[in-house]
Amino acid sequence: MSGLKDAGHLFRFAGLFVVAFIAFLVLRGYVVPKTFGQYGHYRGAAIGQIAARPVKFAGHQTCEGCHTDIADTKTKGAHAHVNCEACHGALASHADDPTSVTPAKPDTLVLCARCHTASAAKPKDFPQVDPTEHMGGVPCQTCHNPHSPAIGSDAGANPAAGGAK
Amino acid sequence: MNISRRHLLILLPAAAVAWKFVEAGTPEASPNYQMSEHWWGMLINIPKCIGCGNCVRACAAENDVPDGYFRTWVERYHVTDTNMTTPEVISPDGGKEGFPVAQEDAGKYFFVPKMCNHCADSPCTQVCPVGATFVSPDGVVLIDQTYCLGCAYCVQACPYGCRYLHPTKRVADKCTLCYHRITKGLTTACCEACPTGARQLADLKNPSDPIHEFLKTHPVQVLKPQMATGAKAYYFGLDGSVR
Repeated sequence: MSGLKDAGHLFRFAGLFVVAFIAFLVLRGYVVPKTFGQYGHYRGAAIGQIAARPVKFAGHQTCEGCHTDIADTKTKGAHAHVNCEACHGALASHADDPTSVTPAKPDTLVLCARCHTASAAKPKDFPQVDPTEHMGGVPCQTCHNPHSPAIGSDAGANPAAGGAK
Repeated sequence: MNISRRHLLILLPAAAVAWKFVEAGTPEASPNYQMSEHWWGMLINIPKCIGCGNCVRACAAENDVPDGYFRTWVERYHVTDTNMTTPEVISPDGGKEGFPVAQEDAGKYFFVPKMCNHCADSPCTQVCPVGATFVSPDGVVLIDQTYCLGCAYCVQACPYGCRYLHPTKRVADKCTLCYHRITKGLTTACCEACPTGARQLADLKNPSDPIHEFLKTHPVQVLKPQMATGAKAYYFGLDGSVR
């Protein structure tokens, strides 16, 4: 028995380890987020937080819900597959509150030129013009309806005449 | 306002219960969305890209991307030689305001929109020391910015240069494939704003997605296939000179 009596300091030391381990487990339980490891080595709740951010582009389906006349004009023309917000910019704020958020109409001289300025780098089958030679500062919508750009393709150049119908 | 000991004893446990909910994160934003039913990717049709920069501007607007940083950008390649190792590549301000007019007709020109490839075996997520970046169960590479330390290991690990350290948040930032949009049934901001349909969101687990048919019947390629990253940004019409 004298052997065990001499080993008392070792038991105390082992006890210290056990206490430290329990303290570690308790601390870990508090510090590691509850959803960590739910799907993998990361915080599962982060997915929901990222998904909860607000959108800024409403999406063309939302626009077409109210602007049915423009949607009809568009389906017949070359711009049928150009989404509304490709030209008009992010307008979820307008869709959420159509009366107080009224977006300005884009300047066609800047907007149309972004895509249609002639450049050797662009695909050859994409319609392109030299802006100065083609219209020399006359706004594009004077001749073209941006929603259906071929001249004479519909009721004439009457771009975005009304709001929601 | 006087708070008695009795009130405090009631308030403290209530606050503790409330804190549990804060910890657990915000409630699921889209209850009808099942992560297990989707596997997201992107189709980029190079012959359709006109280099207008709409995608870059839309991405910046949707995601508050700081000036001079890009979650997506467009490069213009000009290859005049038969030697494909020396293309002339420009990307002024990420192609945000388009590209200068090209006069020289020699050789071939094409635009290459770039973005996070949402790799299935992503090198960037493997190097994170704290588990702050991950591939979600629906195949999107995301960052938990509340967990990120800003060590930038992932920025170095990405073979495509798609990550950056946010200048004010001081944490890693990247394309989320507009996770807040696709989980609500919308497409990404870049796809929504692309006027020619050069970019298309693809749900690789949904067989009725029209992109499936395109991927099955057209030759497509990913960037740096030799890296075996499992990249899910599929390029149609990709030239061998693109790095």
